[in-house]
Amino acid sequence: MQFGVFTVSDITPDPHTGRAPDDTERVRSILAIAEHAEEVGLDVFATGEHHNPPFVASSPTTMLGYLAGRTKNIVLSTATTLITTNDPVRLAEEYAMLQVISDGRMDLMMGRGNTGPVYPWFGQDIRQGIPLAIENYALLRRLWEEEVVDWEGKFRTPLQGFTSTPRPLDGVPPFVWHGSIRSPEIAEQASYYGDGFFHNNIFWPMSHTKQMVQFYRQRFEHYGHGRADQAIVGLGGQVFMRKNSQDAVDEFRPYFDNAPVYGHGPSLEDFSAQTPLTVGSPQQVIDRYAAMRHEVGHYQRQLFLIDHAGLPLKTVFEQLDILGGEVVPVLRKEMESDRPADVPSGPPTHAERVAKARAAGQVHEQTVAAADHWTGRTAEDDAAAADAVTARQGAAFGL
Amino acid sequence: MTERRIVALSAGLGQPSSTRLLADRLAEATATELADRGQRPEVRVVELRDYAHDIVNAMLTGVPSPALAEVIEAVTGADALIAVTPLFTTTYSGLFKSFVDILDKDSLIGLPVLLGATGGTARHSLAIEYSMRPLFTYLRADVATTSVFAATDDWATGATADEPSPLPARIRRAGAELAATVAARGSRGPQDPFAGAPSFADLLGG
Repeated sequence: MQFGVFTVSDITPDPHTGRAPDDTERVRSILAIAEHAEEVGLDVFATGEHHNPPFVASSPTTMLGYLAGRTKNIVLSTATTLITTNDPVRLAEEYAMLQVISDGRMDLMMGRGNTGPVYPWFGQDIRQGIPLAIENYALLRRLWEEEVVDWEGKFRTPLQGFTSTPRPLDGVPPFVWHGSIRSPEIAEQASYYGDGFFHNNIFWPMSHTKQMVQFYRQRFEHYGHGRADQAIVGLGGQVFMRKNSQDAVDEFRPYFDNAPVYGHGPSLEDFSAQTPLTVGSPQQVIDRYAAMRHEVGHYQRQLFLIDHAGLPLKTVFEQLDILGGEVVPVLRKEMESDRPADVPSGPPTHAERVAKARAAGQVHEQTVAAADHWTGRTAEDDAAAADAVTARQGAAFGL
Repeated sequence: MTERRIVALSAGLGQPSSTRLLADRLAEATATELADRGQRPEVRVVELRDYAHDIVNAMLTGVPSPALAEVIEAVTGADALIAVTPLFTTTYSGLFKSFVDILDKDSLIGLPVLLGATGGTARHSLAIEYSMRPLFTYLRADVATTSVFAATDDWATGATADEPSPLPARIRRAGAELAATVAARGSRGPQDPFAGAPSFADLLGG
């Protein structure tokens, strides 16, 4: 099973000092956290994508591309990539580039974002959220799977004879997750394609998470990708740990009480009871999270939120040390102890996906880029040629 | 006999509360009328006061506590809703509106609703019509024509020349109206949260 961390990249003042890092410091902290996550033996680092303060992670592939060069083993991912407002052509290009650069050590998670204005900022209509997610993702897949794409849809300029480059590594696209908290349409989308489903349950009671995951599992089986218990499921989580649980509670409470999202709302105790937030000893975290599989079935990826609410970088590093040193090794063992042999212990790796695609005869050994009619020329040359045509037509009309 | 689940919502803050009293009376009138029509009414009265903190927390986090989620489910899954609020500063109370605000905007579509309000004097009686009714019309609920406003004096006034229609008569009339609407319907039954999920073929084709 994979264990990792995901960041929302918030800039929040530390309630003890009132000091907040600036954007540069926060971006560098996130990169340091990702590198340390690998050092302590975690399997995944994922970044959110936001386009408004107080969040800094606007350009995930730039961050992940850097990290691909700085790390060796950790899987680089997103939580989430905005499938609604990003141009699917740019997503196809950027994430294929990341896939090539990281040698397949990446995947990505589609989502719809958490702020309304992001739609108009990128020229889209929030009321079309679900249709955008459906159409854009269908195009993204075609751009990865088909060398030359003719396409026409509702939300973007049509494409004629378009080839997205670089072509996916070994001709096999990255593995994709779909993150959704409430929308059955997205669970349906994940199951239709046989993709992974991630329920970011950090604000939700297990009863709701269980219901969404069960729906995805049933539909996964319905679409013929395997048995329901073999579907690829990921969950969010949130922890703060110290050797003595009361120390953890005392230290984390001011951060909780002032956090931008749930601060000044429910008490730490109520929130801990109602959501997966676990503040206490490493053993408490192990017990709580080991039990998750009894609710949602054997799952493949567990991501923890540990760097938000203004927690100092030093504290976040300590949390990573505890997570990697004491919690994950035990949790991993427990999670695998009763997993049936034919239920995957992680999402498919790039190598597994390549082997599967080759066995199915879906990839050539070497993909060949489409003939490039731009070779040796620039786009402006063509524009000039077009102008020349226009000028000739103009002349014909006596203009 | 068909079982009919009626939820009476009271946003009264006092204990005892005249808003709760009006909710109880409206529920009783509706239940009596349903029973006369051969139905089996089951009334549940919810005091929003008991969930006030949970309602604010749900507004802050976007997620209801389990106790509040259970109330929301009861309201949206009911066969009829009786909604009663005190009038504060010309309109429904903030607590009442906050509860309505955390409901899914589509969750009350077609739900038979009876409106009630309490206030100091009869001069505020039209607040139901200019604030409560538009709210439930926006939510596309099926709002009963008769609504019931109870001023403080109404609790001690019989029929007079000034008040030809005393409170008990209005309560009976409103209850009968709501009961008639409910009785004419099939039972709504428990809601399946995934019943409305379209198939992916429909989504792609849409």
